[in-house]
Amino acid sequence: MGMITTSTYTKETDMSFVKLTSSALAIAAVSATAAAARDQVQVAGSSTVLPYASIVAEAFGENFDFPTPVVESGGSSAGLKRFCEGVGENTIDIANASRKIKDNEIAACADNGVTDIIEVRIGYDGIVFASDIKGNSFEFTPTDWFLALSDKVLVDGKLVENTFKTWDQVNPHFPAQDIQAFVPGTKHGTREVFEDKVILAGCEATGAFEHLLVAAEGDSDKAKKKAAEKACISLRTDGRSVDIDGDYTETLARIESNKDGIGVFGLAFYENNTDKLQVATMSGVVPSTESIATGEYPVSRPLYFYVKKAHIGVIPGLKDYAEFFVADEIAGPDGPLSEYGLVADPDLADTQAAVADEKVMGGSM
Amino acid sequence: MTDTPDTNATPHSKHGASLLELTPRTKRRNAAERRFRMYGMAAIASGLIMLVILVVNIFGAGMGAFQQTFMTLDVELLEAKLDKKGNRDIADIKKVSTFGYAPLLANAFETLVAKDGIETDLSPKKMGKLLSKGAAAQMRNYVIKNPDEIGKTVTFKFLTNSRVDGYMKGRVTRDSIANDKSISVTQLDLVDQLVAAGAIKKRVNLDFILGSDASDQRPEAAGMGVSMVGSLFMMLVVLALALPIGVAASIYLEEFAPKNWITDVIEVNISNLAAVPSIVFGILGLSVFINYMHLPMSAPLVGGLVLTLMTLPTIIISTRASLKSVPPSIRDAALGVGASKMQAVFHHVLPLAAPGILTGTIIGLAQALGETAPLLLIGMVGFIASNPPDSIAAGLMSPNSAMPAQIYEWAKRADPAFYERAWGGIIILLVFLITMNTVAVILRRRFERRW
Repeated sequence: MGMITTSTYTKETDMSFVKLTSSALAIAAVSATAAAARDQVQVAGSSTVLPYASIVAEAFGENFDFPTPVVESGGSSAGLKRFCEGVGENTIDIANASRKIKDNEIAACADNGVTDIIEVRIGYDGIVFASDIKGNSFEFTPTDWFLALSDKVLVDGKLVENTFKTWDQVNPHFPAQDIQAFVPGTKHGTREVFEDKVILAGCEATGAFEHLLVAAEGDSDKAKKKAAEKACISLRTDGRSVDIDGDYTETLARIESNKDGIGVFGLAFYENNTDKLQVATMSGVVPSTESIATGEYPVSRPLYFYVKKAHIGVIPGLKDYAEFFVADEIAGPDGPLSEYGLVADPDLADTQAAVADEKVMGGSM
Repeated sequence: MTDTPDTNATPHSKHGASLLELTPRTKRRNAAERRFRMYGMAAIASGLIMLVILVVNIFGAGMGAFQQTFMTLDVELLEAKLDKKGNRDIADIKKVSTFGYAPLLANAFETLVAKDGIETDLSPKKMGKLLSKGAAAQMRNYVIKNPDEIGKTVTFKFLTNSRVDGYMKGRVTRDSIANDKSISVTQLDLVDQLVAAGAIKKRVNLDFILGSDASDQRPEAAGMGVSMVGSLFMMLVVLALALPIGVAASIYLEEFAPKNWITDVIEVNISNLAAVPSIVFGILGLSVFINYMHLPMSAPLVGGLVLTLMTLPTIIISTRASLKSVPPSIRDAALGVGASKMQAVFHHVLPLAAPGILTGTIIGLAQALGETAPLLLIGMVGFIASNPPDSIAAGLMSPNSAMPAQIYEWAKRADPAFYERAWGGIIILLVFLITMNTVAVILRRRFERRW
């Protein structure tokens, strides 16, 4: 009797083991078939483009029979890196970028077999300088920003360490408010625009550029110019300028805790937070979608997305999504993107034609 | 607590003084003890104050998300706009995009204003902007489902946009919108009149709990539901993998494995793994599951696999602890009456250790439920407004987010209305975590045996 019961017990324990392993196997089996067809468009890249892309993705899901595309953020560089990982369903179809794709990125793409890339410019994004709504208002020029934030400034014809502590030392018209700036970290595409259109412009306007060019080392004029530009955009490191690696919400939080702070924001972010922030003018122009569209407001940059041509026809809805994105009713001056803060591209019709023809970069069709 | 000896008693007085008289040394010792008790109480009090502040903050900022402002509006579904051919062909009706529905809203507002005698200088188009951008999609879905209703007047309950909702909740005021382009004071005047007329009302918003994420332009429509489903599927994967693997591994290590340096190394490394930052598991998941095994990105299956790796050490450690706490006499008795080692373990030790194992598993799951960092790397953070999955396979495979990832995503967005939703999401997540921990405590209380 005893023997028999023991053996049945053993069987039972065996059974429960079988159950456990079979459930684990079932999951493994599901995962094995997982690599099969993906039916939604997969997008990643710039966090500046993310709100626009998500607005389009949502409207796309509503108006088409395709599933809503998935849009991830993570930055332009990270997005393009994933985009260039190769062709196939486990790679993304579209990379959003707040800057143009770089030559070395195109080369990296080509190395991994991603050769036909369609570049789509969706419009322009303004970069604004904003401070606490209750604080002082400012009317900046690029020179002010260069003098306030550069690590070396020109005093009496000599480059010296930047020791300005308050804004009135930079420009007598400004109030005696402590200099405290929150600028985007180097991983953001916004940083490059800030450096190019503001700091570098100020560097040239103050004459510091000439000095740096003379002092610059390099084999050719071009190398010297590059070295001088690099020296121009190096910011002071004494805590007056703080790099923000997070999102604009972090910059806003910093300004809320330090009322003297002035932060760099996207226009759309500012327009959603006008109750907390006041915007500064740049060279006398108030930033708005209109003044950016006419080119009066100087600090703006184009936004792009890049489509993997090899995925068109493989991933359902990819081309429809790209065409829908640049359609007049979406990206045009009266569309939802413009309402959210995107500056519509005056050459949108060309972009639409290029997307329809699947025109790839590098001229070839 | 009750073990503390009477502090007034000084049994060994060196100087032969009266036992009832306190020597300076005794006084110092008593004072030191009093101070220590004060420190302890201060520590607990500050912890409690922090907790109260946290809870008050979360509920203060997040409860608003469970209510939303709705507007009832009679819309005439004009045949001329929606079905020009008049043949009710679904393919033709589908061709009218959501943009084609916006004029209907303007018309409806015009009729409403005329009917209720509301005075406003706003153009009908501007009036239509009071509603959520999702209103057009809501109408379109209705029309596609009920094409026969075209030409009739239908009463819809629309969400208002986030600014109007903020105004109703007191977040947006006439002063705060001075520079705001999305809403004007005249629009708020109209809102006041519509509230008086009973058209605009604040109601409980179940869609926040059940709905899906919405784009940056419609914070009013964003909900946690789909990401909750994503979390659920991840937890199923974790449970189905981590529990059997973890329990099997710990039973072997604890009961069967020879005690030598190899098992020692394994043991130390399991403890080490429990302390590895979760982002490391995310990187591992990206390179192994997505890049090498070619599993789809953003899929709860991959999220579940990554979280399984993270949860395994917790489960193994707690399982081993509860196996260890079963007294050896139980094993000896079983072996003594002729049971094999396996029988002794599975028939006697494991059932007695089960409550402890379950508690450990639930706590491990709760930890995994609140984890965001590894999900960042496998594409589960972003705009993933997919519809709820329609099957188990789709639930595992189709892209989805998870609750903490959704909260993180909302906290980043520009519109302040998302801030409220992030806090609301935290409330939902906390409810889940507290429930799971309560279940763990109850299980332990009810079934745990002490020897």
